[in-house]
Amino acid sequence: MSDPQEPQEPRGDAVGAHDTDADVAIEEPAASSPTAATARESARAAAMGPAGTAPPAAGHTDVEPPSRWHTMGQQIVTGNAIISVLAVVLALIVGAIMIAFTDERVQETSAYFFSRPSDMLLAVWDSVSGAYAALFQGSIYNFRRDDFLDGIRPLTETLRFATPLIAGGLGVGLAFRVGMFNIGGRGQILIAASVAGWIAFGFDLPWGIHMIVALIGGLVGGALWAGIAGLLKARTGAHEVIVTIMLNYVAFYLISWMLRTPGLLQAPGSSNPKTPAMMETAIFPKILGFLGPQFNLHLGFILVIIATIVVWWILTRSSLGFRFRAVGENPNAARAAGINVPSVYVYAMLISGALLGLAGVSQVLGTVTTGFTAGIDAGIGFDAITVALLGRSRPWGIFIAGILFGAFKAGGFSMQAAEGVPIEIVLVVQSLIVLFIAAPPLVRTIFRLPAEGGPRRPRPLVSKEVEAK
Amino acid sequence: MKLELRGITKRFGSLVANDHIDLTVEAGEIHALLGENGAGKSTLMNVLYGLYQADSGEVLLDGEVQHFAGPGDAMAAGIGMVHQHFMLIPVFTVAENVMLGHESTKAGGVLDLPTARAKVREISQRFGFHVDPDALVDDLPVGVQQRVEIIKALSRDARVLVFDEPTAVLTPQETDELMGIMRQLKQSGTSIVFITHKLREVREVADRITVIRLGKVVGEAAPTATNAELASLMVGRAVELRVHKEEPKLGDPALVVEGLTVIDPVGHLVVNDVSFTVRRGEILAVAGVQGNGQTELTEALVGLQPRVRGSISLDGIELSTASVRKILDAGVGFVPEDRTEDGLIGEFTIAENLMLDRSEGAPFIRAGSIQRGVLDDFAREKVAEFDVRTQGIDEKVRQLSGGNQQKVVLARELSRELRLLVAAQPTRGVDVGSIEFIHKRIVEARDSGVPVVVVSTELDEVTALADRIMVMYRGRIVGIVPGNTPRDVLGLMMAGEVPAEGAAA
Repeated sequence: MSDPQEPQEPRGDAVGAHDTDADVAIEEPAASSPTAATARESARAAAMGPAGTAPPAAGHTDVEPPSRWHTMGQQIVTGNAIISVLAVVLALIVGAIMIAFTDERVQETSAYFFSRPSDMLLAVWDSVSGAYAALFQGSIYNFRRDDFLDGIRPLTETLRFATPLIAGGLGVGLAFRVGMFNIGGRGQILIAASVAGWIAFGFDLPWGIHMIVALIGGLVGGALWAGIAGLLKARTGAHEVIVTIMLNYVAFYLISWMLRTPGLLQAPGSSNPKTPAMMETAIFPKILGFLGPQFNLHLGFILVIIATIVVWWILTRSSLGFRFRAVGENPNAARAAGINVPSVYVYAMLISGALLGLAGVSQVLGTVTTGFTAGIDAGIGFDAITVALLGRSRPWGIFIAGILFGAFKAGGFSMQAAEGVPIEIVLVVQSLIVLFIAAPPLVRTIFRLPAEGGPRRPRPLVSKEVEAK
Repeated sequence: MKLELRGITKRFGSLVANDHIDLTVEAGEIHALLGENGAGKSTLMNVLYGLYQADSGEVLLDGEVQHFAGPGDAMAAGIGMVHQHFMLIPVFTVAENVMLGHESTKAGGVLDLPTARAKVREISQRFGFHVDPDALVDDLPVGVQQRVEIIKALSRDARVLVFDEPTAVLTPQETDELMGIMRQLKQSGTSIVFITHKLREVREVADRITVIRLGKVVGEAAPTATNAELASLMVGRAVELRVHKEEPKLGDPALVVEGLTVIDPVGHLVVNDVSFTVRRGEILAVAGVQGNGQTELTEALVGLQPRVRGSISLDGIELSTASVRKILDAGVGFVPEDRTEDGLIGEFTIAENLMLDRSEGAPFIRAGSIQRGVLDDFAREKVAEFDVRTQGIDEKVRQLSGGNQQKVVLARELSRELRLLVAAQPTRGVDVGSIEFIHKRIVEARDSGVPVVVVSTELDEVTALADRIMVMYRGRIVGIVPGNTPRDVLGLMMAGEVPAEGAAA
């Protein structure tokens, strides 16, 4: 770009100096060179021309800098897995402190801490270890039961709770990878649940086919509901966060109204805002039913495993996923490479909505089959965001994160029942996990990890030189 | 003030950015720090400015050891920095920007603007800057904005001024003005550290030259050294300074642009009624100061500008209304001006970036699925062919140097069957060694019969590559002149002056 390519002969000093003078003579500081200045002015006037356009600002290019929102989002969404694990550890530690604080015996013993500190420390240990033991027994394996089948039942409950969380997390995570925040999980789940539920209680179809039709109906419902946001973003640039949040309200009140209106979703002969029970022909079979009636894990979990594999394939192996990721990482470069960015937004939202729809379907056909209310989403739409963040938007990461959160849900109840730990503490731990994930530097500082990307890439404040390295 | 750096060492993990660097700048001396991108110049200056702490070594001012915990300390000690990317707030006036960071207030917390204005006037007068303290920075040309940066530094009584690649954003004329300012500052006793990788400027203004390569001082040179000497010191081997190109073998007109007008989102005509023709086997270089419509012109050629009037036809096919996909499929290769923004996806691997504009259909996609094997083979072949220095095809592009990133872009674009190559700023931020290579490949493309449009704000690049030169000013064509047009004529044309003769070539 500079002299290395100088086409003229390499010059000696004298020639160079002469050349310098010539250059300077072209234009001294503008004011002192009237001819050049006037020439420039007239050219400027000519350029303004009859069209009367303002001059393009010097140094201005039409390139949009990546918005801070976008960059920040990418950072939160795609950090490394170690941060996720450490965030969980950190949250459990802080959770332990809170459990200790809320424990009555700890409070009592703290009154005479200085005369007999061992009492309080013992109380702390009892409350914390008891609580986490209860969490384990309620979510993975209960040692208090005699035979293995009864002991392992909590794990199947964990997986059952995890099913919609994983499906929803995949939906939110996929949208993240395309650079979109799908906050509309609640609305998509509600719409999907309603469509699936309506088919499941309102139609008479043979076993199996009924279930499949209801499933597909739900997925399409969720996909279309999310697709509205995708289409609006693609066509008008409306921000998907605002659109999806508002569509949550639209869906919620629409469904609430339909649940109160006879002839729509309301159960006949009832005045409650609740649907009739699902027909047997449409309900997801219990996949562990052969082990005993207490095993509630249903087909939804298998579907979620399949969904995880499909999403993994889309993102890492398919041409569509390549375009998804390209748009998510750098929409400008994607556009310059001939990728139709608006259509990618629409496709991504359709698939994202279908995955959240799967969460809704598994709720009505698997978990709550006796008829549902407007509360059927059970906060999954928002928990899904948490799961996607914890899973770093990677399909298998989301799968694991979903199971972890399923374990919190399943184990939370036994924590409360066995140890009297407020259920809110479990939610506090969940929230802390996300809080720590959202602040990687905090986690890194606490665990003294090196900065992101290792030491090879320092991030100087002003140097573009090292940056280019 | 005499500045001394003794044995400065700065490591980032295993990377030694500065390795025992010694540098002495006498009072009233212009000392050029020359080196390729990534040689460690900016790291060294960030150590000097207190942004980094050196692992070992010391900074001395007039023989006294300094300890800078941050830029505030450095400024207080009399060090000023003029960054390549201006640290100005566009919606503030000049005076407000100058006082920013050490605002003095009157009673009741009211800003003492009059004092700041007076200071700006006083410094402007002293050096003949002609800067209005009440002008909004946003309204000022880039060259004047830079002077505001200089005023800012001087208003804090800087006795050592560091200019970090100051000419990257300037026109040739503005560059010459800056050189004048530097000489004036030098006469007033200010020590100047001038960081650059442009040889011409160094030889013009520097009293002494220190060359840095891979974090080490590799030599000192006098300004009398030849370009070839300096370049080989910088790169560490003999560098081919000239682009070897034969006379063009001109074919039929391939790209015909007529009455092309591009309207930006706020309704300005950023490209205004532009017509030109490029023939097969010809390089048309578009010269001009940054921001005169060249960027928009190249974007219009590949369909990235939404509001376009007029006609663009390639081999008889109308492209002005086609989608980007169609245009790329018609055989247009595009090297965008800002590779990190438009050309590459930093988080993608080299292999993925190489298939970026072929994400549908053969050869990389079959049945909706990426053919990993095909892609990897292709990537390995291209990495070897284009000499991309990397640990492997699965390395993220973000981790490559600017030159290697640009080679990836070029490899991708040149590996398709091309009927037109549009290259905007193909060597911006690229090291000398890679520039040589990139130019060679562009000329090869031309020699194989591809019409080429190169946009560059670097006159050296324009004159090195062009068969014909088209100069743009404020969205219009000032003139199309032969490739051997002298620099000074081009310089005037870049300022909007229509040349007396030879306007049609």
